[in-house]
Amino acid sequence: MELTLWTYEGPPHVGAMRIAASMEGVHYVLHAPQGDTYADLLFTMIERRDKRPPVTYTTFQARDLGGDTAELVKRSIADAVERFKPEALLVGESCTAELIQDQPGALAAGMGFGELPIVNLELPAYSKKENWGAAETFYQLVRSLLKPQLPTPGAPKPDPARWRTEGRRPRVNLLGPSLLGFRCRDDVREISQLLASYGIDVAVVAPLGARPADLQRIPTADANVCLYPEVAGTLCSWLERQFGMVCARTVPIGIGATVRFLRELHGLLDLELPAELQPGTNEVCEAECRSRLPWYSRSVDSTYLTGKRVFVFGDATHAIAAARIASHELGFEVVGLGSYSREMAREVRAAASELGLEALISDDYLAVEAAIAQAAPELVLGTQMERHSAKRLGIPCAVISTPLHVQDVPARYAPQMGWEGANVIFDSWVHPLMMGLEEHLIGMFRHDFEFVDGHRSHLGDGAAAGDKLTTESPAVDLTSATALAWSAEGEAELAKIPFFVRGKVRKNTEAFAREQGLAVIDSEALYEAKAHFSR
Amino acid sequence: MASSIATRSTAGTDLPPPLKESGQREVFCGLTSIVWLHRRMPDAFFLVVGSRTCAHLIQSAAGVMIFAEPRFGTAILGERDLAGLADANEELDRLVDQLLQRRPEIRTLFLVGSCPSEVIKLDLAKAAERLNRQHTGRVMVLNYSGSGIETTFTQGEDGALQALIPLMPSSDQQQLLIAGTLADAVEDRLVGLFHKLGIDRVASLPPRRSSELPSVGPGTKLLLAQPFLSGTARALLDRGAELIRAPYPFGVEGSRAWMAAAAAAFDVAPARIAEVLDPLVERGQRAMAPHREALAGKKLFLLPDSQLEIPLARFLSRECGMELVEVGTPYLDRQLMAEELALLPPGTQLSEGQHVDNQLLRVRQQRPDLVVCGLGLANPLEAEGMATKWSIELVFSPIHGIDQASDLAELFARPLRRRAALSFA
Repeated sequence: MELTLWTYEGPPHVGAMRIAASMEGVHYVLHAPQGDTYADLLFTMIERRDKRPPVTYTTFQARDLGGDTAELVKRSIADAVERFKPEALLVGESCTAELIQDQPGALAAGMGFGELPIVNLELPAYSKKENWGAAETFYQLVRSLLKPQLPTPGAPKPDPARWRTEGRRPRVNLLGPSLLGFRCRDDVREISQLLASYGIDVAVVAPLGARPADLQRIPTADANVCLYPEVAGTLCSWLERQFGMVCARTVPIGIGATVRFLRELHGLLDLELPAELQPGTNEVCEAECRSRLPWYSRSVDSTYLTGKRVFVFGDATHAIAAARIASHELGFEVVGLGSYSREMAREVRAAASELGLEALISDDYLAVEAAIAQAAPELVLGTQMERHSAKRLGIPCAVISTPLHVQDVPARYAPQMGWEGANVIFDSWVHPLMMGLEEHLIGMFRHDFEFVDGHRSHLGDGAAAGDKLTTESPAVDLTSATALAWSAEGEAELAKIPFFVRGKVRKNTEAFAREQGLAVIDSEALYEAKAHFSR
Repeated sequence: MASSIATRSTAGTDLPPPLKESGQREVFCGLTSIVWLHRRMPDAFFLVVGSRTCAHLIQSAAGVMIFAEPRFGTAILGERDLAGLADANEELDRLVDQLLQRRPEIRTLFLVGSCPSEVIKLDLAKAAERLNRQHTGRVMVLNYSGSGIETTFTQGEDGALQALIPLMPSSDQQQLLIAGTLADAVEDRLVGLFHKLGIDRVASLPPRRSSELPSVGPGTKLLLAQPFLSGTARALLDRGAELIRAPYPFGVEGSRAWMAAAAAAFDVAPARIAEVLDPLVERGQRAMAPHREALAGKKLFLLPDSQLEIPLARFLSRECGMELVEVGTPYLDRQLMAEELALLPPGTQLSEGQHVDNQLLRVRQQRPDLVVCGLGLANPLEAEGMATKWSIELVFSPIHGIDQASDLAELFARPLRRRAALSFA
């Protein structure tokens, strides 16, 4: 058993639902108890969809357990096929159904639906989670649809540059975007536009908006673009192995990543690299000017962002991208990097070690919260869950990754990828921080009746974030067992430190005091520590 | 349950037999009740013993609120627990220790059963007993089931309240006990009115603090504020309470009858009842008038969700002039619903249970003016051009009592007003 206050991912069948609901013409029969239809709300409310997800639930109840639940499954399958006439059928179980083992996939296969492709989903609900479920479902679905097209072993790999001999523009598949993914809707539009501007067409976008027939067209593209490795990674590797399709793996979130992505794709497709994508004088690549982020970040108003301590957590793709943007493109200091995506732990560890950090790979909300408290950052870039911890600790926070809630499926155009994505990121990450002038004035005058400690007047709520990091609490014990006393005068000096760095200063000073064997911390000790750590 | 509730009237004889359907049910499980119970009793914690699905359900429902201190969580079963490799009881003890260390201020801990814990027959009642011994004096550990296979939505509250009943002190004193979650302001208002009527001792279940449970005994007269408390009502009767039969306190008429029934049970003179309540009734009806205008003659279809459907249908037809197409309920307790059924217009088509696709076909055929349904169906029906009122809001809103009648009507008039107010291009 594992104590979970907040879970970063849903169960794997929710991942399967994401694939089914993202597509057209696919129906999913899910053996599940009454109540599991709550998952429909993820689509009708959070994604604000105008139709029911294409999912038929068996919704068994306790009284059904005495009877023939397998019969109930068969009835539901027959009813769903008759009513919805799908072009492909997914059949699977939720966690409770997994315990009673009715084998719905095998039952469906034996029901005589002729040509209808049926995918039996085996998603172990007690060991795997949502993204794994989505990746597995997407892979199994494409695999069964492409079975007739499988090249014979040893057949030559298709040439990614065959577009030239065929006298057409190169075309690629965008794989991975799905409902309940982070900003997938607008990322697809941004990347499609970006590729079009370099003369590259999009063949198939999947699963979002695709039909089974579209999936059968996947091999007609020259290359795959793996936009969301959590969902499409498994499939892209399989397409590489079985169909010899090359795959661009750089995820174009951030300026640098977008440029690298374009260079990678040009290389894969044997396209000549346009001058604007080549490194120019002063390391400035012409193409980056298509986004406003580089200039906004270079402009003097952003100087105060330098060295702001930021903690990054999310799915692996977004966390790695965010860490790179934060450190290289906004000039923050990344003081923590982690992800709940165990499947991509290696990539996260590599990104963390580049920043001199040890990656936090965990799906334990409490461990993440403790790590944030320990790092005492000035900004948290995380998921909906980190908004809870950040509220508790009084730290500004922006959401960069799923899990998300309804406010992160906005009406406006809000991509994360490409040039416009970088614009969106600049605005949304800087917004929660205190504005420069206010930061200066609060540092100088601390006796104001309106602009009090921790106040961020541009947020309008006037809520003082306060000094929560320095407040002891049983769960988040910042000090070690050694008892350290602050003199009243030391505390008073500490209170003069601007609130967003006060947590860090307290920790540093205490570490210094412990190192020096000081029993009481006074203002002198604080300044000694300041000088010590500035070395 | 040992006790039964005698049926008083020949209620519902004018009603055709309810449609009984089985098929896919688009309803919440009882775990969802945690979403409002955690606010009613802020000193309680709700620990679901279940799967990641259960955790995901609750946070999808409540996670849009940002919690500095979570009030609920899930002990997620892993493969080791299923394979019997880990002793489930030891695991649970460990997690509860961990939780109580983080949240020492918790006074009552509910271990909430789920589908997985029930299918593998994990004995949470025994676990609660054991944990109670371990944490005596610090925290009360209780157990109820919120599983989908056993409970639908509001039935979770019924389970939680039943778990509290054995802890209620025994007392023979004369008192009025109101059962069912009420909004704070509504509770204060209703208690004030009962005092005015001369009923001095009025207690509520659930209380605002889980550790301040009301007493119960032969002097207790039980008044149900919510229609979904079948188990709670019977358990309180077993403790000696006496049930006051009344319609539920929705709308002017229902609320007046509800309060009057309580007053009569305490031998308050009819003249006094009229003196206190009639001015409220007059004012309530005045406030209702504009909403009645918006709702009168409109066709209403209610899908099953909370068991509030029958009292609401009664209110909307009798006081707002709506025409009932179909009144669905997840579960029909004919005894506790007798007073309500007697007030429904003759010919009202009830349905118990659900086959959601068939029911949606009926919705589409009838084209009602307003459909009361869950959030899984609301936006899709709106997109088909039908006005909907999402039903979950009804358990989150102050809707009980004469003074709230117009607010209750407004909840149904608002989607219609909104449709009329919007125009594009």
